[in-house]
Amino acid sequence: MVTRDLNPHMRRELIRTLRRSLPAAAILHDPEALRAYECDGLSAYRELPMLVVLPETVEQVRAVLAACSERGIPVVARGAGTGLSGGALPNADGVLLSLAKLNRILEIDEHNRIARVQPGVRNLAISEAVAPLGLYYAPDPSSQIACSIGGNVAENAGGIHCLKYGLTVHNIQALTFLTPDGRLLAVGGGAPDSPGYDLLALLTGSEGLLGIIVEIVVKLLPRPERAQVALAAFDDAEKAGAAVAAIIAAGIVPAGLEMMDNLAIRAAEEYVHAGYPVDAAAILLCELDGMNEEVSEQILQVRRILTQCGAASVRTAQDERERLLFWAGRKAAFPAVGRLAPDYYCMDGTIPRRNLARVLVRISEMSASAGLRVANVFHAGDGNLHPLILYDASRPGDLERAEQLGARILELCVEVGGTITGEHGVGVEKIDQMCLQFSAPALTQFHALKHAFDPQGLLNPGKAIPTLRRCAEYGAMHVHGGKLHFPEIERF
Amino acid sequence: MQTTLTEDLRHSADGREAESILRACVHCGFCTATCPTYGVFRDELDGPRGRIYLVKQVLEGAVATRRTQLHLDRCLSCRACETTCPSGVHYGRLLDIGRSLVERQVRRNIVDRFKRRLLRAVIPHRRRFGILLRTARSVRGILPAAWSSAIPPLRTAGSWPSSSHRRKMLALGGCVQPSISPNIDAATARVLDHLGISLLRVSGSGCCGAMSYHLGAHQEGLDFARRNIDAWWPHIEAGAEAVVLNASGCGVMVKEYGKLLAGDPVYAARAARISELSRDLSEVLAREDRSVLGRTGSGTARIAFHCPCTLQHGQKLGGVVEGILTDAGFELAPVADMHLCCGSAGTYSLLQPQISRQLLTQKLAALESGQPLAIGTANIGCLVHLQSRASVPVRHWIELLDACLPGHEQDGQFITR
Ligand SMILES: Cc1cc2nc3c(=O)[nH]c(=O)nc-3n(C[C@H](O)[C@H](O)[C@H](O)COP(=O)(O)OP(=O)(O)OC[C@H]3O[C@@H](n4cnc5c(N)ncnc54)[C@H](O)[C@@H]3O)c2cc1C
Ligand code: SF4
Ligand code: SF4
Repeated sequence: MVTRDLNPHMRRELIRTLRRSLPAAAILHDPEALRAYECDGLSAYRELPMLVVLPETVEQVRAVLAACSERGIPVVARGAGTGLSGGALPNADGVLLSLAKLNRILEIDEHNRIARVQPGVRNLAISEAVAPLGLYYAPDPSSQIACSIGGNVAENAGGIHCLKYGLTVHNIQALTFLTPDGRLLAVGGGAPDSPGYDLLALLTGSEGLLGIIVEIVVKLLPRPERAQVALAAFDDAEKAGAAVAAIIAAGIVPAGLEMMDNLAIRAAEEYVHAGYPVDAAAILLCELDGMNEEVSEQILQVRRILTQCGAASVRTAQDERERLLFWAGRKAAFPAVGRLAPDYYCMDGTIPRRNLARVLVRISEMSASAGLRVANVFHAGDGNLHPLILYDASRPGDLERAEQLGARILELCVEVGGTITGEHGVGVEKIDQMCLQFSAPALTQFHALKHAFDPQGLLNPGKAIPTLRRCAEYGAMHVHGGKLHFPEIERF
Repeated sequence: MQTTLTEDLRHSADGREAESILRACVHCGFCTATCPTYGVFRDELDGPRGRIYLVKQVLEGAVATRRTQLHLDRCLSCRACETTCPSGVHYGRLLDIGRSLVERQVRRNIVDRFKRRLLRAVIPHRRRFGILLRTARSVRGILPAAWSSAIPPLRTAGSWPSSSHRRKMLALGGCVQPSISPNIDAATARVLDHLGISLLRVSGSGCCGAMSYHLGAHQEGLDFARRNIDAWWPHIEAGAEAVVLNASGCGVMVKEYGKLLAGDPVYAARAARISELSRDLSEVLAREDRSVLGRTGSGTARIAFHCPCTLQHGQKLGGVVEGILTDAGFELAPVADMHLCCGSAGTYSLLQPQISRQLLTQKLAALESGQPLAIGTANIGCLVHLQSRASVPVRHWIELLDACLPGHEQDGQFITR
């Protein structure tokens, strides 16, 4: 592999080659310019890439890939750089490939309710473009204003409305991607059950390790006749947890069911002024959508359940504007927490819903003993937790403590039968916890799969799937519940 | 975000302010989505998150080159990013601090220096600008079309009300507005007159100082501020209740006098008081009982309103003018991507003509898509810029309101259906 410092000659040669296919302004190489690309939404991990390239066409992307694979140079894809697991963290010896300029909506097919888009299109821009047709794209990550659809596919992103409408994987129909050596392949299609392996599902959530996605066909849904949201305030987060279970147990499928604790409520309110109850220990936002009558009936039912579960107050949005405002607060909650502390570390574990209350209590105990505040924002309906650990990166030792606390929270998730990532992906950040989640044979299988797509190992190396050696080292540090996870591997 | 300032900056007021702004940024990238220049270039370096990074590097001691300066130059200072930022990052302030540091590190080429000097020497000075504009208008016929379309046509002012009310408010002397469109101040005075308020023009008040300040000439900008404070102060003491700004770009600046002059022992207190008393014209009207104005706008054709960045992002007053116009019976056409800058942005249209044009084209397409018969706005810069290529008349919104008032000498024909 090339090393930046060892081989400036090689770097210059690569730039010269790329200049044949890309305009000069689309190749960044001085450190002053590269710095802005050193991290994604997880700024605790930083690395300067060798180069950043900003291609504008699929042909240019292909040329970049071909040049890199010929030279054995790693390539890291980047969409909007909102990822929270360091998936788009550059490789010091590699090229950071921004797909932001491929941002055209190529086709809207109203009849078949699909849209063909380039990967750099913003998630929200799709819904905005099809709104005049009464349609929308359902998955709505909180970052939807900024994140790219390509990044969504690569992370199999979820969002508030995924409880009812599914994750990214359930809302795309086909995609086109480039292999590391620059071949264009199309997967998926219109048919409900196509022969062969389901490569569409495989590529979704592949975190830039298997191919560079250059075109996506997304499914569109008609706007529901009515949507209404209830906002319930609780003086005790455990009661809110119980209310979540009760709503689901009643057989209701809310369009979204979200929970925020006091710190998150206060931060978000300061930004949106939605009238959140800033003294509440927790709030639940429960959205129902569908036909008018159905929504009216269910909202009454939900109101009753919330009150029975001890909600101190329940409000419904007065109008569409207020409904959107309630959600705007929830969607801005992560960065709004930036008002409370200079840095936050966002966790992304899932747990079985029934353990919600218990896990909350454990998190608050852990937070107290670590001496770091934790704000909690949850996709409560599907048990996806986002504890936000507040810290100050300028204070020596803070980041390490935040990471340790984060790791303990994820271990807790696995312990109660959950997983280490719900929707933000593994990236570099959760790579060690992958060793807890998967056995050695499973990881070996993952590597074999990666090899089939990318034999040279050039796409986003070192992310998402830990090497067995790494797991062995990690296991040596974390002997879990008295048993080693990788007893069969030699230790260092 | 983690930051480690250089030793000398850590001890300066600017440095400390910049540090606290930087620390508020959590690098989420939301702001890139609404940044007009990111929309054009799709490169982090031409969006807020990247520019914050560029400034951060300088504050941490890296020596800036032309590269950093270029990307900071391309920023419109529209502050759409501030409206979008959930974490409350005061980007505009950080940019001002960053720009002035970079200005000291990177020497501009001679053409660039000359252009900036010239702008600072002409625009803020009412008389000099007036002469230039008259000359330009007189030779318009022999200029290339691209130039002549940029020269605003002559429009007369209409009379200033003669009555004197107990309630008084102060006007800003201004720089380019009185020469380009004297009717804006007169219309403001007439509408306020209807509401029982006299608008006072005071001698000695001139340019608000924003232009110099944003071109990195901080002292020059602050001197303009001091002159205005001197001119207004006796009237404030005599009981004038507010300073009314009808150019939102100046409004942002005057509202910041207090902050900007906080370190000046002679002016700090008065500057703070002036900022407290400063109101955009829409704020003044929104608080008054406007029933005497009636539904003057009903029966007129559709108009489209462009809310200047300095009004919606700088002063956070988006929707206020729209509310006043709707109450007055005007029908407003829907406008897509309302948060985007028109490309005028102070001197930006002159210093970055290409990007500015691209943004203007986008903006006019959005404004004209609803087939309005006129476009209203709230800042003279935007007005001139939009008018240069709009296919319908562009007016200050107060002129639209004024033109429809009963018994008015200037008729509102251009917006009558
Ligand atoms: C405030 C905030 C809130 C968030 N809320 C949510 C949420 O509710 N739900 C959720 O799921 N996520 C959420 N996220 C995380 C993030 O926005 C998502 O993971 C999103 O899908 C990332 O998209 P991006 O365009 O920013 O991708 P990037 O961060 O640029 O990249 C993410 C990964 O995808 C790869 N990649 C990007 N584009 C391509 C491509 N075209 N081909 C191949 N690989 C590619 C990259 O290599 C990287 O591994 C949030 C993030 C923030 C900052
Ligand atoms: S001020 Fe405007 S142009 Fe400048 S970074 Fe912010 S949004 Fe972009
Ligand atoms: S939105 Fe605010 S916190 Fe997020 S990157 Fe932009 S400035 Fe920073």
